[in-house]
Amino acid sequence: MRVDRTRIPGLGKVPTVHFPRVRATDLSSGLALRTVEHPGLPVVQFLLFLPTGSSSDPADRPGLAALTADLLDEGSESKSVIELHGALDRIGARLGIHVGVDATTVSLTTLSRHTEDGLALLAEVVAQPRFDQADLERVRELRRSRIRQRRTVPGAVADQVFVETLYPGHPYGHLSIGTDESLSQLTVDDVRQFHQTAYSLRSATLIAAGALTHDPFYETAERVFNDMPVWGSRMEQVANEVSPPSADVPAARVVLVDRPGAVQSELRIGHVAVARRAPDYHALLVLNMVLGGQFVSRLNRSLREEKGYTYGVRTAFDFRRLPGPFSLQGSVQADATGESIAEVLEQMEAINGKRAVTTPELDLARAALTRGFARGFETAGQVVRSVAHIVQHDLPEDDYDQFVPRVEGIGASAVTEAARTHLHADRAVAVVVGPADQLETQLETLGLGDMRRVEI
Amino acid sequence: MLDYTKTTLENGLHVIVHEDHRCPIVAVNVWYHVGSKNEQPGRTGLAHLFEHLMFEGSAHHDSGYFMPLQEAGAALNGSTNTDRTNYWEVVPTSALELALWLESDRMGYLLPALTAAKFENQRDVVLNERRQVYENRPYGMALMALTDSLFPPDHPYHWTTIGEIADLERATLEDAHAFFSTFYHPANASLTLAGDVDPESAVALVRRYFEEIPTGAAIPPVVGAGSPLTPPAEKGEGVRLLLEDRVELPRLYLAWRTPALFDDGDAGLDMLADVLTGGKTSRLYRKLVYDTRLATDVSASQGSRELSGWFGITATAAPGHTLDELEQVICQEVETLAEHGPEEAELERGLAQVEAQFVYRLQTVGGFNGRSDQLNAYNVFAGDPGFMAQDRARYRAATVDQVRELAGSQLGEAGRVALSIVPTGALNLALADSIPAEVS
Repeated sequence: MRVDRTRIPGLGKVPTVHFPRVRATDLSSGLALRTVEHPGLPVVQFLLFLPTGSSSDPADRPGLAALTADLLDEGSESKSVIELHGALDRIGARLGIHVGVDATTVSLTTLSRHTEDGLALLAEVVAQPRFDQADLERVRELRRSRIRQRRTVPGAVADQVFVETLYPGHPYGHLSIGTDESLSQLTVDDVRQFHQTAYSLRSATLIAAGALTHDPFYETAERVFNDMPVWGSRMEQVANEVSPPSADVPAARVVLVDRPGAVQSELRIGHVAVARRAPDYHALLVLNMVLGGQFVSRLNRSLREEKGYTYGVRTAFDFRRLPGPFSLQGSVQADATGESIAEVLEQMEAINGKRAVTTPELDLARAALTRGFARGFETAGQVVRSVAHIVQHDLPEDDYDQFVPRVEGIGASAVTEAARTHLHADRAVAVVVGPADQLETQLETLGLGDMRRVEI
Repeated sequence: MLDYTKTTLENGLHVIVHEDHRCPIVAVNVWYHVGSKNEQPGRTGLAHLFEHLMFEGSAHHDSGYFMPLQEAGAALNGSTNTDRTNYWEVVPTSALELALWLESDRMGYLLPALTAAKFENQRDVVLNERRQVYENRPYGMALMALTDSLFPPDHPYHWTTIGEIADLERATLEDAHAFFSTFYHPANASLTLAGDVDPESAVALVRRYFEEIPTGAAIPPVVGAGSPLTPPAEKGEGVRLLLEDRVELPRLYLAWRTPALFDDGDAGLDMLADVLTGGKTSRLYRKLVYDTRLATDVSASQGSRELSGWFGITATAAPGHTLDELEQVICQEVETLAEHGPEEAELERGLAQVEAQFVYRLQTVGGFNGRSDQLNAYNVFAGDPGFMAQDRARYRAATVDQVRELAGSQLGEAGRVALSIVPTGALNLALADSIPAEVS
């Protein structure tokens, strides 16, 4: 017997999601501890959150935060790099070090039977790095080679030119890897000094989730961190102390980096937008879903599913402590570059009124966010990163439990208002990495003022 | 660790259910046992292009599949490789029926909705995927040059899954229709549900939507048109190839054909790869990146595929160094391993990593390599969704003697493909006596 296929099944009600209970206790060393029980597998996940990232690089030393982080696992006071990694490998640990714009995280995953050994290795990596001169030189040369390699990666070039164009003279105006010139001058003293302030355990938060319970884990963390050196006092985020980025419109709104013979153009289109703690954060999430934040968004449907110009494009508001960028990212076939940029700008403009969000679009965007929310807390890794987000932005503890009702409360007018306030097609910059000889005519006809040529 | 039930419907569809109620989500994962190995020379790229078309609508939902699934809060994707094509959604529990409705509609009723307009649009998208992932990416053509040389022209792994541009341009809507009729039917598919379901009602729901889909004819056997599908007993002479590319630093690729997935030696070669380049304590990282600083990075892996494996070692030269220098160090280390084998401690370290990875892989029910994908992989490639225990046992069984033997028998000069990718014009940085590779 055939099933009736005239109607597609309904969705049922939006699942109720409660973020698991987060328990908080400060260690006697001053390190803040948060734990989440996430039983099921014999796995524990630790994340040490430090509120300093590449925006804390001294103005004349871009790349210092990332170089410091890269040296953390190159040997400790008591272990050579080989011994340290041998110890990590023996417990099947995965170490991850990430330097963001506003924060640095050092994470370690291991099996729960190695909880104390794993935590001790994490502490050793963060608090007792060796910072040997020879290691610095070796790692610095590897990073300089990476900078060199990135010159031929279209996305890396576009990212760099985009932040330099949007944030001139601002701590957000460089990528975390820094510049070759800066790296070549960084010394062990620079690294040690940066580490002493930025890695103060008094400013850090240790987040742990997985097969653990709070009280015994607290005792373990006390044992492990009791002997660790603690420097300085609780440190404020450096980026807090600088002024918000300028919203001035650059004179040249098209920036072209020549990539002779390239078959596609790598695009970054956008402008300085809005900080995480904006009151209309949830409206911005909905707005972005409609415009370019998911597969069925206006821009991906237009540029991929209707025109076939690209493998896919995405937009995002990069929510940071200070206003981060709104950007479209993607690569399009070279001969469709001008038309694609015009389409992006047109859609950015239209969504604030001329073609405001429709009811079906609004329903789809809200449902995608609310119904998909439960997927975000499946693994211990997702849970610790979620807690880190709360810590980083100093959000209320019930932020995740408020997410679904907040998003459900966003109406069409709130989305349109958010677009009017935070999306500005008329001051967006388009960074294009592609074949200049094919692009010049296409780009000149966009009417975006003078075109600036940049070489990397 | 990975409990399941398996049912086979009358039309041949394998249905596997794995129960886990910790999170209110269900992973739906469908494998079709077809990949680029089932294509013909001159018609390459069709399996992957077809995967794109599966998202564009079916008879009873003739518009994109992303819309209803994203509205349901799903994450979804698909992928194609040489051996299989997979499709997955992770949905809130209440949307399971929707996901099964859609998966069954595209399994049973795709063709009435498959139009020329959709075909042409997705061909353009795929050509842009090829530009983005291969043509416009530094070192992006390496895979094409390697498989082209590792496997003879009539071997199903000779071409890459993305396909040749000319073949994609010449593909027709009729090709896509024929491809579906041949390969997309229940007896060539495996469906796994993992997560917040109970097996009994899950199977009942699957029956409701999939039982009516007629089975299809047996899949035409994959033939290498006379070429043996396992590595030739007598390996031919090695070859040295060269590609110029828009890169800053030269990179060396060494590749050999090796035993296929789950064959003798496959897991041992994984362990050998770990000894060579797994982490900062590995032999080649220490020699090339840490001690001599000849290279900026080095990696190795055993690519385990259904018809044949291939083992690859890749290293990028540090500024001022040539690929001949890198090759010398790599060959010396492989020879040392072939003579003495690894230390016990090196194998123990590798095994600790492997054992932990088996546990970490269990953290998600859905997506690529989640539990549902693993159950389907074991079902399709080993004929047993419960193969994980045997899979792990293969690594525990690896010995110093086995790894020593593999280094000697598999990674010699015979049959080796060495590919140098150098900055345009810097031919002097390539391995000596290399000849230009042809890639399009």
